[in-house]
Amino acid sequence: MSTIETQAVPAGTWAVDKVHSNVGFSVAYMAGAFTGTFGDFDVVVTDGRLKGSAKVASVQVKDPNLEAHLQSPEFFDAERNPELIFESNSIDRDGDVVKVDGEITIRGHTEPVEITGLISEQIADPYGGDRFGLKLEAVIARDRFGMSWNNPLPSGEPALSNEVAITADLQLSKQD
Amino acid sequence: MRVLGISGSLRRDSHNTALLRHAGELFEAEGVEFTIYDGLREIPIYDEDLDLESPHEAVARIRSVVREADAVFFATPEYNSSIPGGLKNALDWLSRPSLEESALRNKPVAVVGASTGAFGAVWAQAELRKVLGATGARVVEGEVAVGHATHRFDENGHLNDEGLEDQVREVVRALLAETQPHEPARLAA
Repeated sequence: MSTIETQAVPAGTWAVDKVHSNVGFSVAYMAGAFTGTFGDFDVVVTDGRLKGSAKVASVQVKDPNLEAHLQSPEFFDAERNPELIFESNSIDRDGDVVKVDGEITIRGHTEPVEITGLISEQIADPYGGDRFGLKLEAVIARDRFGMSWNNPLPSGEPALSNEVAITADLQLSKQD
Repeated sequence: MRVLGISGSLRRDSHNTALLRHAGELFEAEGVEFTIYDGLREIPIYDEDLDLESPHEAVARIRSVVREADAVFFATPEYNSSIPGGLKNALDWLSRPSLEESALRNKPVAVVGASTGAFGAVWAQAELRKVLGATGARVVEGEVAVGHATHRFDENGHLNDEGLEDQVREVVRALLAETQPHEPARLAA
């Protein structure tokens, strides 16, 4: 009789389908939110371990000057720290809810982070492959990574929140 | 290695230019070439109509000397609680045509200041750091506030206060450290 191990995520190697996935961030700004995405990123899940990275130079927001500002030493410091990196230590699953413990590295500084998200069932796609989805959100305090730029509102309150949500909406495709 | 000094004061006997000269000797003692930029008064007031592919000669010159420098060391007085207009004007030209092409982008910079009042231009220094950060520069930590500047230099223009000299040396070293190559974070194998 064999033992069946419960896998939080399907076994094997799964690579992100970059066309049908998004990695970005959202931070409260003034009366709403400021959001952006990373055009160039990579995620691989291998036997229940997730590794992901995003290129800072690929940050996309709605203004080229803001993109340059985000890449400057006041924010991500793209010249010295070209990538954001995440690596999981463990992934736990309860139904369609996953809890990912790992470490995130931004501006060369690494912090532990706990992510709660959703996982979809593995399906067969129309191209003969298998895939599953992960929807993840990590909230970080940007000042922990040396990004403390702000602009005070007339009230004296900061315009830009210290808490930033990093989001990843991923489709992962089984590799042979 | 080459460091460019920029004084926010044009006055011939400027305390800030004296402070730059003093810092320059400390740079030279570290084997670094130090030059004080002298063209601030020639730069026209920023006007987008003049912001053309071939800019005014003085604008082209400051952009070129800043680009060629490995780092820039600023000394600023404080006018009406802020940066002198001429210095801000130069930074506005340097930041153009876009943040991505700014001559100050990723440039290591340091800020010190002197004033004849008690506070040593601390507000102007804070504003200058803010503006430099917005232009994409790599602003190092550290502040030197030379208050009562009339009494802080000897007849040869050297700082006569050891504590202040140590602070300037600290900022000089911090700026040189910032120019060193940096190993970026890499995804572990």
